[in-house]
Amino acid sequence: MYPGYDMTPVDAREARELRMEIEEFHADYCWTLDCGDVERWPDYFTDDAVYRITARENADAGLPVGLVYADSKAMIRDRAFALKHTQMYAPRSMQHFVSNVRVLQAGVAGVKARSNYLLLQTLVDGPTTLHQAGRYYDTFVRANGRLLLKERQCVYDTVLIANDLVLPV
Amino acid sequence: MFSVNTVIGQPGSFAKERLDESHEYKWPEGGLQYIPDWVYTSPEIYQREIRRIFHGPTWNFVALEAEIPNPGDFKRSYVGPTPVVVTRDSDGAVRVFENRCAHRGAEFCRTQRGNVKEFVCPYHQWSYDLQGNLQGVPFKRGVKGEGGGMPKDFRNEDHGLLKLDVSTLHGVVFASFSKDVEPIEQYLGPRILKDFEVVFKERRLRILGYYRNELPGNWKLYHENLKDPYHATLLHSFLVTFGLMVAGSKNGMIADATGRHGTLASAKPEDVAAAVGAVKGEMRAYREDFKLADGRFLQYVREFDSPWSVTMQTIWPNLIVQRELNTLGIRHIVPNGPHSMIMLWTMFGYETDDEEMVRHRLRQGNLMGPSGFLGLEDNEAIKFVQEGVRRSPSDRGVVKLGGDTQGSTNAVIDEAAIRGMYAYYRRTMGL
Repeated sequence: MYPGYDMTPVDAREARELRMEIEEFHADYCWTLDCGDVERWPDYFTDDAVYRITARENADAGLPVGLVYADSKAMIRDRAFALKHTQMYAPRSMQHFVSNVRVLQAGVAGVKARSNYLLLQTLVDGPTTLHQAGRYYDTFVRANGRLLLKERQCVYDTVLIANDLVLPV
Repeated sequence: MFSVNTVIGQPGSFAKERLDESHEYKWPEGGLQYIPDWVYTSPEIYQREIRRIFHGPTWNFVALEAEIPNPGDFKRSYVGPTPVVVTRDSDGAVRVFENRCAHRGAEFCRTQRGNVKEFVCPYHQWSYDLQGNLQGVPFKRGVKGEGGGMPKDFRNEDHGLLKLDVSTLHGVVFASFSKDVEPIEQYLGPRILKDFEVVFKERRLRILGYYRNELPGNWKLYHENLKDPYHATLLHSFLVTFGLMVAGSKNGMIADATGRHGTLASAKPEDVAAAVGAVKGEMRAYREDFKLADGRFLQYVREFDSPWSVTMQTIWPNLIVQRELNTLGIRHIVPNGPHSMIMLWTMFGYETDDEEMVRHRLRQGNLMGPSGFLGLEDNEAIKFVQEGVRRSPSDRGVVKLGGDTQGSTNAVIDEAAIRGMYAYYRRTMGL
């Protein structure tokens, strides 16, 4: 589905333990974003992390563009600061739902996993809408016993974005 | 569901949205210094725009040639709201025809891009060549012994797809439903052509990818936004804090002779701190404490023979050409009713880019698009305008900055290009 994220044999018990750990990671990550604490969002990444949100048509065609494209934690931090302090957008609340976590690879280079995500958005006085449906392709490394994202590719199916995607997925 | 349907007051529930042809469309007193809300809300006006503008004597963007380099390559596209297919013919020419089978009307091309030898409508397998000519009709003569089939006088050449006129200019493909439109260079005019050529002439593009979004606002608001240098220096904290476009620095709003096209241009000042310092008291979006942790993002690699570091071109009626520092792209506007438009973005670089330049363009791409630091603010503002004009009983907007001048201006605090566009619009629309 995404280059470099092929499924390889992983010991079943190790895969189960990793999956539980990744599910906890997702729960913390999404809680941070859903609480509006976007300035803590960069803490989930390594210094050299790559973070990209892109449409499935780009991913399938090998096109590199990102709706959001960051190739350093510093860029992620700049976006977080801008969203919190300088960007103009209507108030909104977001909820992330992550499921179908699957460990694909576990080795010295890190742990690779894919998951599905749904993003719900609620504006000031409108209905809650399904804002984006997509997949995470994640590479985790361990630092001080804790998982961090070295890469997160968010590949979305939702062809037409409803106006904009302000807050990260 | 389009996001225009998620606002209290469903489309069609306000009086301003129900004005039919019996309404007297009278422009407010005061000429071009006021814009009546009905240009954004009336279904009758919207239908007239489709007829007179998008299907009228205009050149509509449909594709970049770099998207369809080889014979048989095709792309789904739109002229106004009308679906079309753009193909590269076996002789290398670009063809554009309606995405509607000549038989029963099925929209036969269902994939964004691809390569084919012919198009076959899935419903009854009528087949068309790369020019849109009808090639084959299954059982054209019926079945032996049973009859049926087409009448004897049925000629394939009378039943091809509806073909549009095509013009290509430096790798950009335009199409028109009308035979009465002037040649494309003349259509753009010399002032617009100049900055268009900076981006496209003698360049081979490398497509970097696509964004697509629905923008819940009238399609003209997007043109207005890019003919409005005033907003750029107020709304966008990235522009003002980092000196990318500052009132008092070298800026230009260039309009063509008709007023329909525009180039919003600015030159990044040599001394950003001095330029910003001189005017920062007027700009609430200015943030003294905002420093980038990763400064690579806003670096400007001088790659163009142009005094401008930014040119945003509005090419009537459906194309935006974006050159914002080193992030390049086009935006294709597809009108989606009076209250909504679809934006199709194609981001690109050049074939001569090395990998670091590609990454630089991708990093700088964070400025634009539906999650861009500038792009998302524009989308939010345009949505706010549409909701305001649609839902309130007040009936007009004010465009008085700069008095009653029209067209080009060197002043940033000026709405002359918006007035110039509406002068042209009123002539075209008979308003």
